[in-house]
Amino acid sequence: MDPLTWTGSLAFLNMIFAIALVAMAAALVIWMLLSILTAGTRHVANADGTMTLAGNPQAIAGLGVKFSCLLVAALALAYVVLGLILGSDAGILGAISRQLLPTWVALLLLFGLSVSFKRRLGLYGKLFDSPIGMIGFALVMFWVFTGLFGALDLIATHDPLGQISGMKNKVPGTPVRGADEGDYAWYLLGGDNLARDVFSRVVKGAGEVLKYAPLATLFAFMVGITLGLPAGYYGGRLDTALSFIANLILAFPVILLFYLLVTPEIVATGLPQFMAVVLFAFPLVFCAVLIHSRFRTQPGKNRIWLAVVLLPIFLTYMSLINSAGSKIDFWPLDFFEVPGGVLVVFVSVVFVNSPTVFRIVRGLAMDIKTRDYVAAAQTRGERPWYIMLWEILPNVRGPLIVDFCLRIGYTTILLGTLGFFGLGLPPESPDWGSTINDGRKLLRIYLHPALPPAVALMSLVLGLNLLADGLREESLKD
Amino acid sequence: MGLFILRRTGVMIMTALCLTFIVFFLTNLYPNLEKLAKTEGNFRMSDEAVASWLNKNGYGQPMAVKYGQWLGVVPGWTYVSDAGVSGRCVTGTVPPEVAADAPRFCGILQGDWGYSTRFKTGVGDIIQTRLGNTGYLMMWVLILMIPSALIVGVLAGMREGSAMDRSLSTLSIMTTATPEYVSGVIFIAVFASTTVGLNWFKGTATAAMENPTFENFFLPVLTIALYGMGYIARMTRASMTEVMTAQYVRTARLKGVSFPNIVLKHALRNALIAPFTVIMLQFPWLLNGVVIVETLFNYKGFGWALVEAASNNDIELLLAISVVSVIVVLLTQLIADIGYVFLNPRIRIS
Repeated sequence: MDPLTWTGSLAFLNMIFAIALVAMAAALVIWMLLSILTAGTRHVANADGTMTLAGNPQAIAGLGVKFSCLLVAALALAYVVLGLILGSDAGILGAISRQLLPTWVALLLLFGLSVSFKRRLGLYGKLFDSPIGMIGFALVMFWVFTGLFGALDLIATHDPLGQISGMKNKVPGTPVRGADEGDYAWYLLGGDNLARDVFSRVVKGAGEVLKYAPLATLFAFMVGITLGLPAGYYGGRLDTALSFIANLILAFPVILLFYLLVTPEIVATGLPQFMAVVLFAFPLVFCAVLIHSRFRTQPGKNRIWLAVVLLPIFLTYMSLINSAGSKIDFWPLDFFEVPGGVLVVFVSVVFVNSPTVFRIVRGLAMDIKTRDYVAAAQTRGERPWYIMLWEILPNVRGPLIVDFCLRIGYTTILLGTLGFFGLGLPPESPDWGSTINDGRKLLRIYLHPALPPAVALMSLVLGLNLLADGLREESLKD
Repeated sequence: MGLFILRRTGVMIMTALCLTFIVFFLTNLYPNLEKLAKTEGNFRMSDEAVASWLNKNGYGQPMAVKYGQWLGVVPGWTYVSDAGVSGRCVTGTVPPEVAADAPRFCGILQGDWGYSTRFKTGVGDIIQTRLGNTGYLMMWVLILMIPSALIVGVLAGMREGSAMDRSLSTLSIMTTATPEYVSGVIFIAVFASTTVGLNWFKGTATAAMENPTFENFFLPVLTIALYGMGYIARMTRASMTEVMTAQYVRTARLKGVSFPNIVLKHALRNALIAPFTVIMLQFPWLLNGVVIVETLFNYKGFGWALVEAASNNDIELLLAISVVSVIVVLLTQLIADIGYVFLNPRIRIS
């Protein structure tokens, strides 16, 4: 087998792509400079009743930006589509594009369906009116699908933990030495310093990151909402006490906290597990109060709902906090085992994130509680928790959804930080932070082990930021 | 105003006490002490040997007493053996007559920060030198970050929706989406590796501690500054767009004041109130970035000391580090609040 080049038989496109990129950069700079120097385009009504555009250089530069961007996008698409058809004949990019086939199909389906039904899909549908939001959503869903199909073993070419001799620090596109008939013949993005396939590790890492980050954010939101609503609604002593605790956690240097919680000695004392007992109880409390406050006056319905919702959550909660051979080990129905470090990492990330959510929810609740509909509910004689959860909470969903997107990105960064310092997660874990940490030691000689996870993490967080921006813009339009 | 500052200072001291107690509690848990005893003594110690080592070195006392000693409100421990007296306020083992002259209290209230088991020197010295290094780094970060963030934010915000605004906003979103360990890795890969071959900068900042030059110091500074910049720029942009739609700006425009004059003389001053608070509240995050960047570029400052202390369970150094960082965080919050009141006359009533 020959080593692969980056673009293989598509090399003729490279020159055009480079020219298109330069043209785009130049057009952007000119466009920006013109927007400072001139007053911008405006419509001018002429004496004969016609309209013309004034400030034409600006408009021309704008067109130039538009066309060069389209050209770059079209060429990038050409690499992907031709790569899909030609496979490894189109070099590393082609082979990667062919490997990612399930992701492309899923993305195409999702976007096709969403765009055609966007008028019936509420805020989600409106997202497809904003280009920024669409780009962000595409980036996020790309990684979600890659992570999902990667976990199903549809994308990765090799075992992310498997080491093949002779592949240590090999450059991208190196053929695997002594590959059998069934094996994939190349290390597409090269090998790392333990001779593992970088491409497969990045794909598996996407699954790891997307497994933990959204879930941890959700838990942080449960904690923040359950504590923030009463703090904002009641105010007074409760608010002072909770805010003090929140500020206390926020004043803590995050990395010091991680170091203190994640060391094996502290884990041995069971402290993170006790914290898990408290933090993971919040979803349970939240759901219970949510249902009870709604159906308080209909005991029959109340009981059914409570049983249906709380029982599965309770069982999950118990098996989550119980772990054989640790400090908390009394529950017989332990359905699944959370691997050692993961629970600790999860707890610390939730712990660090919840005070910020608390502050946001508290501020929003303080603002909303002065509204007329809250006063109306109070006059009707509704209980405080009903007002908080069924009057205030639905009306602050806009800012909370936006913050949820941003916070997933932030949690991803935090998880990466933990991996970067080698804390918590097992050392061979393919998550992006650990991979960057592994790769940085030889960074000045070999770039390829550290760069792909770094770019992957950046693009995911960027996608989440853009998505949040798009959502904010669209939700403000109402 | 005086009462406000007094109350905030009170809350600050309480926060610092609570936080140091948490750190103290976590670092003084028995498994941690056992590890410390084994690294200080020898790795094959029996449980009795560990217990007696801990007793001899004052770790065997109740948590609250130890915390009081560290604070300096409880007399320091002493241990009398045949060889002489050792204790918190005594260096080494000395005869009883010498020990009698030693001060009874020696905690941080007396200015005694304790002894670092990792670096084998006084914690006060370590904090001083490391904080000096980090202070120098932070100074350049702020010099680079604040003006560029403000310029980007003002340029983007002065004409909402223009070409300038859209490109600069995208740029600032991109910088906030790139954590330090990603941008640092990319910068080293592009500007300091042999593979790409640019070699404009040095990939480590170890030499920058004695002799900081543009070549070895710019990359760490840029890495920290870039991550913080995007957020400040976005806040400045939001504040600037709000000011640009205000009544008095419209009046100025209708009077025929030129656009540069409107921006510089009328809008800028009011637009810069909000970013001031944001910059001050950015400090805790900068502290975070400092730890990552100092590890990545091997610059031996405050963050590096934190990592070293935490991975070796160096109790007194960790406590000192948390005291310093808590004070930095709370002080910047206080300055942000007071500064906001001074800059914005509308809320000076309360």
